[in-house]
Amino acid sequence: MNRSNFWRRILYWLTVAAGLALAIVPLPDWLDPVRPDLALLAVIYWILTSPRIAGLGYAWLAGLFLDVLHGMVLGQHALGFLVVAFLTHRLQLRMRMFPIPHQAGAVMLLLALYHFIIFWTDGLTGHGYTGWNRWLPVLSGALLWPLIVAAGDTLTRRSR
Amino acid sequence: MVELSHDSRPIIGRGPPLIATFITLAIASIALMVTDQRYDQLERVRAWLTAAAYPVQVAVDAPFRAWNWLTGSFADRDRLRQENLEVTARLRLANLQLQRFAAIEEENRRLRDMRENSAGVAERALVASILNVDLDPFRHRVLLDKGKADGVFKGQAVLDGEGIFGQVWRVNERSAEVILISDAEHAIPVQSNRSGVRTIAVGTGDLSRLVLPFVTGESDLKQGDLLLSTGMGGVFPPGYPVAKVTRVERDSKATFAIVEARPTAALDRDREVLLVWFKAPAPEPPPATSASTAAAPPSTVAAPPSTAAGATPVQSAPVEDAAATPAPGGAQ
Repeated sequence: MNRSNFWRRILYWLTVAAGLALAIVPLPDWLDPVRPDLALLAVIYWILTSPRIAGLGYAWLAGLFLDVLHGMVLGQHALGFLVVAFLTHRLQLRMRMFPIPHQAGAVMLLLALYHFIIFWTDGLTGHGYTGWNRWLPVLSGALLWPLIVAAGDTLTRRSR
Repeated sequence: MVELSHDSRPIIGRGPPLIATFITLAIASIALMVTDQRYDQLERVRAWLTAAAYPVQVAVDAPFRAWNWLTGSFADRDRLRQENLEVTARLRLANLQLQRFAAIEEENRRLRDMRENSAGVAERALVASILNVDLDPFRHRVLLDKGKADGVFKGQAVLDGEGIFGQVWRVNERSAEVILISDAEHAIPVQSNRSGVRTIAVGTGDLSRLVLPFVTGESDLKQGDLLLSTGMGGVFPPGYPVAKVTRVERDSKATFAIVEARPTAALDRDREVLLVWFKAPAPEPPPATSASTAAAPPSTVAAPPSTAAGATPVQSAPVEDAAATPAPGGAQ
């Protein structure tokens, strides 16, 4: 049991690392603002499947690394990840029973909250960008959710 | 439907309660943000974290680099020959100009020595490549592959073959973040090559556009004017091209004209840039009239002294401020 938990932890960190890498892969300019927050989606997914392994500290550290990679104020994405992870933990039992489209809707709300936190702290630290296209990842992330679930389910089914 | 794993029961009596962890970490992140924003205490923490994140950045960059290497090593012979010919021709031309330039430089140094002001000539340069990493879609920052280990320092000027590119914004052990001159938070003091008018060019967040918000309606700026760096503030070496004026719009009712310029550096196409070291200008500014000629390139020595001298006291304060640290809010 402990041994399998250990491998799961490794798996969860690897998926987040992949999400973080994809967060800084260069994309063409028109696609750049649409880039979904894959690391956050991975965190949400792992919290839904195994809340005891993927805790708040895990989400927070993932966010902190995103701050470092983006060269942002330290703690900004960490706070966003933390709030989303907390709510996901709270709603975990309910969200898990939702059908996928319904779940995608819930994820969209979480992503909107996340981007609001980023937007807000951006404003506080004086980097405010107020264009409408900064909200596009909310939509792209929600649309991507079914794929995330499918990919995650495949991964866990094999490792079980 | 999300798969249930073996551990799907709610968390009861295991570790600290959820809400306690949440509050602790939330306070930690807010404290981090405040400390990072207000003080420079976190440099070391950031250095560790950056070192941990560096493999991710390299992993992202590697495939692009490999592809470039592959296409480079399998380029066909004809193209290489063609390129070689072109480069040789350009080198010959450049050498020709250089011969003249050497004499002029010598003369210039002599004149500057006479005036005990040899500041502002780039002394040493280091080629750095830009990592293929996207930092943020709404900010113009790039990551270079040179860092503290190579002697890079914060606020160092970054140039490319055609002009000023940006300045170093954050230094890590093996990489450095550069803020481009087109970033909305960046401002650079400039001077028109033709008329000697000094002002500040502020980034817009658009790679091909800078704005000059502090140009009065009467200032002598025309479309096509080349804007050079003035070297005020000590960040950028003086006399390097920054941008070309693309639009000047004057409204007799408004105090300031609307002036836009296009950066001369290839901000979006460069893969390699130059980090330069130069002797910073003397700390105490000389009297206004001599300052206007000291920082000016030779061609603008004949600029109307009244304009330059009149502009100096008004603008020197924001210039230094904006150039030394691209602080939030820039030069507003």
